[in-house]
Amino acid sequence: MTDLTQTTAARSSIMPQVLPWVIALGFLLVMPLIFTSNSALTIMNQMAMTIIFALAYNMLLGQGGMLSFGHAVYMGVGGFACVHIMNWDAFFGLIPLPVLPIFGGLFGMGLALIVGAFSTRKAGTVFAMISLGVGELIAACSVIIVVFFGGEEGISGDRTYGLPFFGIEFLRQIEVYYLVVFWLMVSAVLMYLWSRTPMGRMANAVRDNPERAEFLGYSARWVRFYSFVASGFFAGIAGGLFAINYEILTEENLNLTQSGAILLVTFLGGAGFFFGPIIGAIVFTLLQTVLSLETELWQLYVGALFVATVMFFPGGLAGLLMLHAPAAKMGRLSHLAGPYAKVLFPGIIGTLALCCLIELTFHLRHASIGDHEMVLFWTTFNTHSPVPWLLFGAIAAGGLWLAKRGAPDMAEAFHEANVMKGAA
Amino acid sequence: MNMAPQLVGYPALELENLHKSFGKAEIIRGVDLSVAAGERHAIIGPNGAGKSTLFNLITARFPATEGKVRLHGTDLAGMAPYEINRLGLSRSFQITNIFPRMSVFENVRCALLWSMGYKYSFWKIVSRSRALTEAAEDILDQINLLNRRELPAGVLSYAEQRALEIGITIAGGADVIMLDEPTAGMSHSETDYIVDLIRKVTENKTLIMVEHDMGVVFGLADRISVLVYGEIIASGTPEDVRADPKVQEAYLGAALEEEH
Ligand SMILES: Nc1ncnc2c1ncn2[C@@H]1O[C@H](COP(=O)(O)OP(=O)(O)OP(=O)(O)O)[C@@H](O)[C@H]1O
Ligand SMILES: [Mg+2]
Repeated sequence: MTDLTQTTAARSSIMPQVLPWVIALGFLLVMPLIFTSNSALTIMNQMAMTIIFALAYNMLLGQGGMLSFGHAVYMGVGGFACVHIMNWDAFFGLIPLPVLPIFGGLFGMGLALIVGAFSTRKAGTVFAMISLGVGELIAACSVIIVVFFGGEEGISGDRTYGLPFFGIEFLRQIEVYYLVVFWLMVSAVLMYLWSRTPMGRMANAVRDNPERAEFLGYSARWVRFYSFVASGFFAGIAGGLFAINYEILTEENLNLTQSGAILLVTFLGGAGFFFGPIIGAIVFTLLQTVLSLETELWQLYVGALFVATVMFFPGGLAGLLMLHAPAAKMGRLSHLAGPYAKVLFPGIIGTLALCCLIELTFHLRHASIGDHEMVLFWTTFNTHSPVPWLLFGAIAAGGLWLAKRGAPDMAEAFHEANVMKGAA
Repeated sequence: MNMAPQLVGYPALELENLHKSFGKAEIIRGVDLSVAAGERHAIIGPNGAGKSTLFNLITARFPATEGKVRLHGTDLAGMAPYEINRLGLSRSFQITNIFPRMSVFENVRCALLWSMGYKYSFWKIVSRSRALTEAAEDILDQINLLNRRELPAGVLSYAEQRALEIGITIAGGADVIMLDEPTAGMSHSETDYIVDLIRKVTENKTLIMVEHDMGVVFGLADRISVLVYGEIIASGTPEDVRADPKVQEAYLGAALEEEH
């Protein structure tokens, strides 16, 4: 009893809780000094917005147990509202740009208030279907309510018309980056703190067992509603940042593709952990931006990665990392390096070779007639000669075979690293 | 048992002509019952008699087909379970009903939140409240689960989950506690422990308990009601009920024989 009280006292010390946030902030501030190009900044901005959106989404999925198929509309509506504010000179001239995302948040929240009033009555399939219907409905409105959504071409604005903020007019991408980073930190900290409040804890309880929560004095419906509204707010913030960064919003920001993408991001990263969506957003944005430059088939690979994650690691990438927490605590991660390398190294090589086969097939089918050459890994191959096919086929088969052979050893090493000393 | 229940005065819970049908089957067939404040009341009866259904009607898990439930004089008609809970009635379930993915500590803490006035607040951090943590640890201490506090509740043993179920039920400080077969499936020593616990935590409270273990019933209850086929066939002190020929015939004879 006494030592438990002491550990509680130690746990409430503030330092270990603040440290990860300080590291994250330092990292975000230094990144543009390392990656200075404009395209790198664009990618990082995109990443930051996806992180906010995914964290907001996970307030529903991971923390509240609500599966939404239409969450893009809250980000989208927040974004559209912000573009309208940008175009409203009389008002926009009075507010500094960094304040603008709050309006996005308020509009996202307003919409969530309306929709949540009826959609959060039930969780499960009913909630999912309503979210899908409302998502579809609002996406359809974009071509009907042209005044607000601008029809097919969307609406655009100019962020530089706002009140200068300490002399900054946000003409340069780097200035926008720091604005986005500011909102990323604020939103992420607030969403984290939310998860520690009575509301956040009860959202977990309602996710686990709504009926029991009701017998403890909480209305499951109101708990879901408040989570939903908060999630709409942060999604709207992400939308406001999108408006600032791209200065244009279209139907694409609202539609089901976008809603599906954020579900994928969150699941890929791991809905069961607060930081899961952050990992998901980083990985997804990298694939979306970097990989899409390399290959037209990037969505195929993202899809395959998603399916593999759902099948083999239902906890997502964060879950996969956390599987190693016990071993890390016992200082045994180094025992895993060897067996892991024996599987991962040939496995990755084999998978890349498999991707090359897919690329060859795609090129063969879709390249213009007479175009027999393609570049894979800085090497030019003739798609009509058997050489690349045999080469990649052999590497793929060999790599995957080696990986499979090493798998039992890896499983055993993992098991051993997690068994308590003396327990076996 | 230090005071005769009828002296405590007003009834904590009153059931009036309660009926419940599932489709054509009438499961509760006109139950009248009054439980005085401070009384420990056991409801016994054969399997399928409708004991759990009666609990579910009182706590608004199901709507009653007909009849009234009053808690401290307040008619509970049309109220949701959470509203009834806020009036000071808390229940446990025959089939363990906890938050399996949350830690044992968090299970208890969630059960404390409403009664400690946190409501739907999102501007307070739960771990910052010393009073909340201490209250939760106190409950864990009472149900002997302090050394399990960080485990997900879903991985506890059956008996431990039953103890947690009771802990969650009593945590909110309700003054009417309803326990549905709290000792079912427990060993003798576990049962003894739980009975002591129930006795301790329901001190000066009203307890309504469904229980099959006659040792527990006769050891704990001030009054007993016997429910058979959705009707209360006898209600009174343990001695009266034991002596009642109708009860002997319908239920107790067999149940008591089983005991020995
Ligand atoms: N939701 C329901 N729908 C239909 N029938 C139900 C429902 N709940 C209970 N019943 C029926 O009502 C009857 C009484 O069930 P109940 O669970 O109340 O009995 P019980 O007295 O608690 O029995 P036990 O001692 O086995 O727990 C049973 O025949 C059961 O099948
Ligand atoms: Mg029952």
